[in-house]
Order: sequence, then structure tokens, then C-alpha cells
Amino acid sequence: MDKMPKWADVILTPLISLVLAMAISALVILAIGESPVMAMKTMVEGALGSSYGWGFTLYYATNFIFTGLAVMVAYHASLFNIGGEGQAAMGGLGVALVLLYLPLPHWAIALPVAMIGAAAFGAAWAFIPAYLQAKRGSHIVITTIMFNFIAAAALNYVLVNKLRPVGSMDPASARFPEATHIPALTDLAAGLGMTWGKNTPVNITFLVAIAACALVWLLIWRTKLGYEIRVLGKSEPGAVYAGISPVKITVIAMLISGGLAGLMAINNVMGESERLVLNAVEGAGFIGIAVALMGRNHPFGILLAALLFGFLYQGGGELALWTSIPRELIVVIQALVILFTGALDNMVRMPLERLFLSMRRTKGGAK
Amino acid sequence: MTVENDMMGGRSATTAPAAIELRGISKAFGPVQANRNINLSVPKGSIHGIIGENGAGKSTLMSILYGFYKPDSGQVLVNGQPITIADSQTAIRAGIGMVFQHFKLVQNFTVLENIILGVEDGALLRPSLSKARGVLKKLAAEYQLNVDPDEVIENLSVGHQQRVEILKALYRQADILILDEPTGVLTPAEADHLFRILEGLRDEGKTIILITHKLREIMDITDNVSVMRRGEMVASVKTSETSPEHLAELMVGRKVLLNVEKTPAAPAAPVLEVRNLTMTDDEGVQRLRGIDLDIRAGEILGIAGVSGNGQTMLLEILGGYPPKGSKLGGEIRMNGQPLPIGGRGCDAAQRRRAGIGHIPEDRQVEGLIMDFAAWENVAFGWQDAPEFTKGMLMDNAAIKADAEAKMERFDVRPRNPNLAARNFSGGNQQKIVVAREIERNPDLLLIGQPTRGVDIGAIEFIHKQIVALRDAGKAILLVSVELDEILALSDRIAVMFDGRIMGERLPENTTTGELGLLMAGVTDTEHTPDDAGIPPGSAHVDTLPQEPV
Repeated sequence: MDKMPKWADVILTPLISLVLAMAISALVILAIGESPVMAMKTMVEGALGSSYGWGFTLYYATNFIFTGLAVMVAYHASLFNIGGEGQAAMGGLGVALVLLYLPLPHWAIALPVAMIGAAAFGAAWAFIPAYLQAKRGSHIVITTIMFNFIAAAALNYVLVNKLRPVGSMDPASARFPEATHIPALTDLAAGLGMTWGKNTPVNITFLVAIAACALVWLLIWRTKLGYEIRVLGKSEPGAVYAGISPVKITVIAMLISGGLAGLMAINNVMGESERLVLNAVEGAGFIGIAVALMGRNHPFGILLAALLFGFLYQGGGELALWTSIPRELIVVIQALVILFTGALDNMVRMPLERLFLSMRRTKGGAK
Repeated sequence: MTVENDMMGGRSATTAPAAIELRGISKAFGPVQANRNINLSVPKGSIHGIIGENGAGKSTLMSILYGFYKPDSGQVLVNGQPITIADSQTAIRAGIGMVFQHFKLVQNFTVLENIILGVEDGALLRPSLSKARGVLKKLAAEYQLNVDPDEVIENLSVGHQQRVEILKALYRQADILILDEPTGVLTPAEADHLFRILEGLRDEGKTIILITHKLREIMDITDNVSVMRRGEMVASVKTSETSPEHLAELMVGRKVLLNVEKTPAAPAAPVLEVRNLTMTDDEGVQRLRGIDLDIRAGEILGIAGVSGNGQTMLLEILGGYPPKGSKLGGEIRMNGQPLPIGGRGCDAAQRRRAGIGHIPEDRQVEGLIMDFAAWENVAFGWQDAPEFTKGMLMDNAAIKADAEAKMERFDVRPRNPNLAARNFSGGNQQKIVVAREIERNPDLLLIGQPTRGVDIGAIEFIHKQIVALRDAGKAILLVSVELDEILALSDRIAVMFDGRIMGERLPENTTTGELGLLMAGVTDTEHTPDDAGIPPGSAHVDTLPQEPV
């Protein structure tokens, strides 16, 4: 009964958080003697003002959609998977192995096979923490974060000692065969007779990401498995009473979560760099946590939040390029947005709730 | 806004000011009017009962008295003086003490440390501890409130923990003591002892307000009683001038049957046979010590007992989910077929396939997912049922339709399947669980505490449904800590104590006194027949004899 309307909860709260984060960012920019208005203009123009900007924004957003969905699926089973970074890195290894060692004649075949490789490696990396949590009670937050470091070290080893082509000084794999390169959105636009997003990394993985949003929605709210995941997430004794095995559902939810994080590699490894490089994930696994939080653990919210963070990433890059605002400040702005929309969510929510309640009361009293 | 309230008791004002007087107290939470123009006068040195259904506003009213809520309007007078109780500190200074339903004690502190918590005199503990020790000794002698001051709280029985709460209030020099549902967790003997303590306190001039939903307690101990219904104080009467039936009628606003109408049982073939069931928990403590039970089709077997004597584990094992890490032994047969006990292939889903329904003891933790909508809860536990699924997908339309039908038949209010379970009242939540399990038409229905925290109107309805299921030839195992409920519903009563069945009785041939003794672990051989009728308190259960070998 003591609730505010849903639209306020879902839209108004993150919006106010965002405005607050912007306001403080503006103060910081003022403090170093730059113009916030100019900065904002640069960001918006750089990220959204051209098809080029959009191309990068959407590319980053694609990464964040996958890692955001990964956090979300685990969250609905009340598991906090912060191992998206490592799972995505392992997904990259899966993509690289599949594309380097399987003879795949065409991208249309390579894509599904690489997706299986990415998801399988990501899921396998999530499986060990999941099993330890389900069977031994080792806390998933601790194990997944440790597995991020193990993944980074393992990838380092594999790239330097196993996948590096003979004679190369670069700790990266060989280029994937030409036939397996998936089309960029530029190519699709060209196919429709348009020029759009020239020289941008956004590729058809973006469409895969949108499909993944729809599928995850279907999974969580329409399937029996989703029902069981949500039951476990709300009450473990309830799940046991209902004949749902917490061990089984914990492992399955984490496998799906890890698989989704792994799928990110289709975008950055297969779609963009077309070879496996060191630190290919670039923190997208962690951004996924903020994206899921801000997106209220709903695929549609995650899509919007991922677009916002894509904008911040691309806009921030432009800011560093065209203004004298140092690159570090862009990280500050991004951190403020994460802080306000994620961690300080309740700071905005509670006063807002009180406001709505008192509004309702005065309305009720007037009768 | 002003609602006429002319139901105040007719007592004329005496010369001495009332200990507590409330004038026109109103309190609303959003659109919900929790208290409406409440008038109440509690004379000094009396025990005053406040009774009402769940959600009638009793707790809100007492929270106002203790400074947790501020009333929207109205006035509070303590000993004739108007007072604004802004917080619990003010309440304590005004001499009001509160004993909550859920104790607020630090489990790993000693009794003494808990007593002085928040009222330490200065930075060093020793002086206040020794002062408290002296005061405690005096209080113990005066009011039969003996507790070992150096014992750690977690080692105390629930009854003793409650005493500590009372001592805490008295140590803070409370003259007015409010007790919220104090007997919910006590054995009959402990409750009896508590009542003697309360009477002692009253005789010393203290004023006691007792909030309860148990009519018998009101009749036994109070001097005056006020009845609340839907946020209003509908009557204040002298206890000696009323009857349980009259109070019950005032509470729900219509006549209710306290006794369940049922025909004699016609038991048929055994449905469930339990043989020598044992269970040792993960700490190596034996919690079930060889349970033998038979439940026949068409009968209700009631299991009476103070909570914590193995009933919960029995239900969980029969329901297919023994506690983690437990070791199990014995045999369970359902319709002649052996059922697995623990291990692989033994879970709640397997039990449901075998025809066992289960209304769990705690609907908020097990029986419902509180954040799920009512309709989603109708499929809870039955998410595998073919009529609820379409391949891998849930058939949400079918579940919703089924939920609407069940809510209609079981009169769940509000009749909104999209409302989250937590937004229903306790009684309506329980109706959702009962509807879900009973309408599956199980051969055996396990029921734990079917009416805990449920208002009288819903209790009556739920009891009728249980009896109807029995009459349809189903077997029912009923576990309840409410003796009245066990007596009213059961065709046979088994009493559990310390993991054992202490004995079986027929409800028509036993008394609450006899059952109370069995619940406290006193077997037939240890009391003479004339003990059976008197209150169990006289058995000195505080110093229980070790259970017989």
C-alpha cells in the first residue's frame, strides 16, 4: 500500500539520479575551469550527433547489454554474479579457438558456432563458482571476483605462450579467417542502399543482443525454469517446499548468466578486433552490474541503461579527444552516474516515495 | 472525518485518574485508517485486555502509546496528565514499559547485561551491574520473577526470556506494562506462571495492558476488556460481565461458531503409516526418537505439542524435505507403498506426485512467495502440473483463470489475482495456501499451524474446509500449537514432546489439562487421575522431570 506509482519507480527515479550525477559532474568540470555546457555539447555531438558517433555508442551498448543480462539472470536467483569480466574474457577464448581451429566457410555458419563457443566457455567459467556455492556454500561474490583474476592470468598465459603467432611480438592471437568476419551495420546499411556508420565497430551482434533481451524476458517471466529461478531468488525455503532443487537452479542460473557474459565476445572479439587481444573485455563486465542495477533487472531497462552507458563511453572518449578535460575526469563522470543510479538509488527513491505518499494523503484528506 | 463512537464502557469516572486515558486517537497510514477516534480508559492497578482480529489496529494503538507512531489527532493522558509521547524514551520516562511479541534481547549477553542495556550509569559497567543485581533480587522475590542473572539469554527457555523482558521494563520503573501477545510462544504451564506474575504485579498497584487474540486468556485474567474492530474501539466492558461468545461476536461483528461442527469420523483404510521414524540433526542431536503414526482415510489426526518438540521436522520429512545434514531412519508408507526418506529422489515434488498436499507452518517463508502475485502463488509447488504448463512455458492464462476461480470459491479478499501476496491480510494469505492445497484433492494433507495469525472469520472458514476434506474421505495430519484448535478439529490427538509421541487421546475423553501435562512431558504414570482436570501449572513444569526412559 505504501508504494508510489510504477512509472515513478521505473522512470522518474533513475532520471532524477541521472540529473543529480550530471549536476555534480558539471560542478567538477567547473572546478577545473572548463565549461560544462561545452563538455555536454561535445559528448552529445560526439556520441549521438552523427552516424559515426552512434556506431560507437551502439557498439559499446552491445557489450553492456550482454553483461547486464548476465547480472540480471543471476540476480533473479538472488546470486550476485560479479564475474562477468572473467566470463566474457573466457567467452573470447572460446570464440578464438572456434574460429582459429574449425574450418568455417561462411560467417553465417561461423556466427552460430562462435556463439556456442562463447557461451560454452563463459558458462564453464561460471560453473565452478556456481557449483561451489550450491554444494559448499562458498560465497559467489568472492569466488566470481577471484575467477576474474584467474581468467585474466589464464588468458595472458594462453595468448603469450599458445595463441601468439610465431614471430609476433604482440600478445594476441592470429587474425581470424576472412570468411568468418561478421558484417558491420555499415555493410547492412549499404545493402539497403544507405551510408551509415562508416568505420564504426558496431556489427550484427547488436541485433543478436536485442534478440537476447527478448529471450531473457521470455525465460524469466514465461518459462517454468524462469519461475523456478525467481522462486529460489525470493525464498530458498519456499523453493524447497515447492520441490525445486536449490542446487540445480543455482547451477543452471549461473550457467545461463555466464553464457550471456561469454556471448559478449561475439561483439568485441569476433565482430570488432577479429582476433583475440589482451584485456579485450575492458571493464564491460563490471559496467554490466551498473547496467543491471539501473535497468531494474528487466531486459528493457537493461537495453536503455546499456545505451546510456554506451553514450557515456563514446561521449567520454570524444571529450578527451576534443577538450582539455583529462581522460581521468571522464572516468569520474562515469563513476558518478554509477554511484547515483546504482549505489545511491535509495537516496532518490525514499524522498520520492514520501512525496508521493503525502500527495496521496492530501488528496485523500480533501475528500 | 468524525465517526460517532458511543460504544465506550459505561464506567463513570472515578476519583483517581486513570493510568492511561486515550481521547479520540486517530491514525492513518496512507489511505488505511488504522485507528479511528479511539477512546480508552485504563484504571490504575488493573489488568486490561485489548482484543481484536488481526489488522484491527491493536498494535498500532500500542505503538502510539509507546512512541513509535504519532497520532494524527487525539490526546494521551498518563495518570491524568496530558502528554505527548514523541519516542520510546518519553514513554519510558512516563512509566510505560512494553514487552514485545518478538523479544528484543541480545542473545549472547547475560540477563544482567540485557537489563542494564541503554540505562547504564556512566562509562563503567560494574557499578550499574551490581546495582541491577540488587534490584533484580528484590523484583524476583516480589513477583516470582526468578531468572539467573548471569545466564546467557540464548540458554534460557522462551518463558524465561519473556521474564527478562518484563524485568527490563520493571527495572526502568515501569508502572504501566503493555504485553503484546505474550503467550503465543509459551507452554500452558509457562502461560499460567506468567498470569500469576501479572496478577502479582497488579496487586502491587501496577497497571497491565494485555493484547491478545485468545479469548480464554482474556476471560481468565483481565479485569476489563476492550474490543477493537477495523480500527475502532467497539466496546469496553468488565470481564465479569461478558462471555467469550459475546466477545467473539464483538470482534468479528457477527456470531461465530467457536466449536467446529462435524460429524463423527468414519475412518477407512490407513493412508499413511509411519514406523519408528528417527531423525538426528546436523549437530548430532536426536530430534525424532521413533515416531509411529497411522492416519486413515477420512480422519483428522491432530498433533499437539509446544513448538520445537519435533513437529516441524516431522512435517518436513513427510513433506519430502528433511532438514539439511540430518540422518534419518525408519519407514514411511503411503497407500501401502514405501516412500523414500531423504536422499536422492526424495523431494517435495515427489511427495506431491504421491498424493500428499502440504499447508506449511510458515506461509510467509514457505507457503507463499510474498513478492509474487496471488495468481503466481496458485501455481507455487504445482509448477509442473500439466494444466499449468505448455511445454517449457508456463500457461499464465490458465493459471490466472484457476487463481480467479479459487479466490472466488475461498472468498479471498480483495479478489485481485494480480496483487502481490504480501498485500493480503494474514487470513487471506492463508486462504490462498489452503485453496491451492485442498483443491488439489490430495489423499493426505499435511497441515502445520493452519490458523496462526489468522483472524476469527478466516479461522472458521479454514476449519470448515479441513473438515470437508476429511468428509470427502481424505486423511489429514494437523499440527498446531493451539490446543483449542486441536481439540475442535481432531478425531484423534497425538501429543508430541521431545521427539516422541507421548500418547494418543480421543478429544471427547480428554481435557486441556491432561493434554497440557503430556505436552510438558509428564506421562500418565506420573500423575493421579484427579490431576487431569486442574490447570497444568501445578505440575511445576519449570523443573521438569527428565523424560522417562
